[in-house]
Amino acid sequence: MSNQAVPHPSFGGPEPDSVAREQVKTAANPLLGFSGGEGADTAFRFAMLACAVGVVALLGLIVYQLVTGSQLSWHTFGWKFFGSSDWNPVEDQFGAFPFIYGTLVSSFLALAIAVPLAVGVAVFITEMCPGWLKGPLSFTTELLAAIPSVIYGLWAIFVMVPLLRIWVQPFLARTLGWTGFFSGPPYGIGMLAAGIILAIMIIPIISSISREVLTVVPQNQREAALALGATRWEMIRIGVLRNARAGIVGAIILGLGRALGETMAVTMVIGNRPEIAKSLFAPGYTMASVLANEFSEATGDVYLSALIEIGLALFFVTIVVNAMARLLVWSVTRGLPARSNA
Amino acid sequence: MGVEIKVEKINAWYGKTQALFDIDLDVLANHATALIGPSGCGKSTFIRCLNRMHETLPGARVTGRVQIGDLDIYKGTSATQLRRRVGMVFQKPNPFPSMSIYDNVAAGLKLNGFSNRKQTDEIVETALKSSALWDEVKDSLHKQSGASLSGGQQQRLCIARALAVQPEVLLMDEPCSALDPISTGKVEELIFQLKSKYTIVIVTHNMQQAGRVAEFTGFFLLGRMIEFDKTERIFTNPSDKRTEDYVTGRFG
Repeated sequence: MSNQAVPHPSFGGPEPDSVAREQVKTAANPLLGFSGGEGADTAFRFAMLACAVGVVALLGLIVYQLVTGSQLSWHTFGWKFFGSSDWNPVEDQFGAFPFIYGTLVSSFLALAIAVPLAVGVAVFITEMCPGWLKGPLSFTTELLAAIPSVIYGLWAIFVMVPLLRIWVQPFLARTLGWTGFFSGPPYGIGMLAAGIILAIMIIPIISSISREVLTVVPQNQREAALALGATRWEMIRIGVLRNARAGIVGAIILGLGRALGETMAVTMVIGNRPEIAKSLFAPGYTMASVLANEFSEATGDVYLSALIEIGLALFFVTIVVNAMARLLVWSVTRGLPARSNA
Repeated sequence: MGVEIKVEKINAWYGKTQALFDIDLDVLANHATALIGPSGCGKSTFIRCLNRMHETLPGARVTGRVQIGDLDIYKGTSATQLRRRVGMVFQKPNPFPSMSIYDNVAAGLKLNGFSNRKQTDEIVETALKSSALWDEVKDSLHKQSGASLSGGQQQRLCIARALAVQPEVLLMDEPCSALDPISTGKVEELIFQLKSKYTIVIVTHNMQQAGRVAEFTGFFLLGRMIEFDKTERIFTNPSDKRTEDYVTGRFG
């Protein structure tokens, strides 16, 4: 025994301090001793890499399939395939022009209707909307995008088409019939119906992306315009829309991409006749619709191959359109405005 | 020519928070008046009440009377009309990035429906000359975008844009706070020259700057104007203890 002023009670073991230290060490040990960590990490990394590569490979596989599948048609018809209007499965004559025409006309008709509305909604929400209405309004607009397209098709057949037939088309024929775009028997079903239903379907995507783009326009641009004595509309024009135009164009092109590929709703109302007519009342056919309608009954090899070639063309166009749109939207929302004269 | 500004009992709110309390102020025509004070004291809010920019923010509200020249701005004057006579330069340069230098300066003219090409050319040139930017940009008026200029040049471009509509009053909200000392020097020199033609109200954090450019200075604190006098007097012999504390750097 020593003569310490405050004697430590002794339990015959290590001092309390070192006991604690011992415990910390043993508590840490199981983790330190675990050697599989790095191996698992590597495995995880490869798994994730495989997922990422898988997506790209899938895209490549689709292209490959479409290209090989369309070889027969390509060799039989060549470029003529895209220019000919003759679609005759009985005689193995295939020309895709009416479908390309139908896809383009219905999509651009949709844009013509949807763009003013969608940009209008976006401008209203970002610039003029009272705070309490902002949330519900953008939510509702975006909810439109969540409705399955077959539902749009049903609604179009039972509600919109009769409205068109009874009210809208007779009115258009009376007032604008002389242009030739609105003439002929008002079936309801046809190119106009397809354009309108597509317009409704692409409004949410155009307006929600436009809204995003408008939101990143700096407040000081609005103030700059206002301080010069701009009215609200002038402020929106020079201070907001002008700065956001690249992004809005991107949003529009994304909408176009969606419209080009939309199948179900269009198939239900466009009339499905491979014809080219000037009047928008006339029925038409789109690339996506012909694929959906005729794949199951494509018996001959050339027939099948022709359909696949249409698929390849549609795939190519939508990929290019979407890539362009994404680039434009990114350039804006990442704060690198695509300037006209920088 | 500049006009005088008479402010009577201005109160301003952001939502429920009151930012300005009973401000009275007379600004002499063709002089520069500086407003100083610590951050958040309401000086920026105050000058934004002079061209009715304050009310553009959601929930913002103003009461009181402001007479600018012959306009009673909160009574029978439209905000658009007013802002075409009261130019403003902001803290951060805000040229329109998608417009050329020329179009930036001409933007206000276009809004006024002014379309005479030849006269526009002249006005743009005069405005750029009075903002001391002409020599630096005269060869690239149409080629370069407003946003491709340096910060100091952008601010002088914004001044030119404000001057092009020939306002009577020029409001400047910390116009040099985003600029380097050389650009600041240029802008200050500019203010000094411009006051022969315009009535200038300038908000600044920089007391030396107030001393250099302004004949009159107002000191703001917590939404009230504590003291208003000749700049010299504010800095050398203020009558209020709080002003003295601020200008001598004891707080703020």
